[in-house]
Amino acid sequence: MSGVTIQFFASLREELGTDKLYLKMHEAISVRELVQRIADQESAGWQSALSSSDILVAVNQTLVDREHIVEPGDEVAFLPPVTGG
Amino acid sequence: MNSKIKVMVQTEDFDVSQETKRLSLKGAGGINIFVGVVRDQNDNNEVRCLRLEHYPGMTESQIGSIIDEAERRWEVLAATVIHRIGDLYPGDQIVFVGVASPHRGDAFDACEFIIDYLKTRATFWKKEILPNTERWLTTRQSDVDTANVWKN
Repeated sequence: MSGVTIQFFASLREELGTDKLYLKMHEAISVRELVQRIADQESAGWQSALSSSDILVAVNQTLVDREHIVEPGDEVAFLPPVTGG
Repeated sequence: MNSKIKVMVQTEDFDVSQETKRLSLKGAGGINIFVGVVRDQNDNNEVRCLRLEHYPGMTESQIGSIIDEAERRWEVLAATVIHRIGDLYPGDQIVFVGVASPHRGDAFDACEFIIDYLKTRATFWKKEILPNTERWLTTRQSDVDTANVWKN
């Protein structure tokens, strides 16, 4: 697969107006670079929404930091603060 | 690890007595149970409905990891976590955490640890439907502080 699926949950999904995005990508890039690519494809507002310090990132369902390298085929998710229980 | 673990994320309600029976194992000297219930009030607002969502797959494995951690710290013979999603109403059961241990101390501590970690680490999100508006809840600092106590 030459791209990544990106999911948005809860308040972030409502803010961005979408739950899933597919981004074509042939090389490995960091989460930080990925956010820039998404903003380039969508709009500048996405950059600040996805860069907010309370937004967590999961790659292949494991929490990672912003320097984590995303490979083509990965499943990426942006997660607002959790409120279970 | 031979302990009996059950993790479920579901829209359906659960039966506390049935789940407790499942935890009644040979060797268990105590079963501790926590049941979370939807309140009709939050921050002085009347709550009509609580809408819960999760990240399918990730949430279940996170809960599994939390139980693994509990097993490293205490003697756990069996543990069950059932968390509901979808639209829930005041009085509805949201979450069941049950732990069976040879002695009550381990059952109490492991159960409290699991619910404290679940609240601050598992990918669930709650939206409150109030009479005139709706709002996403944010993580409570008090819940984070409570969970952090277990780090020591």
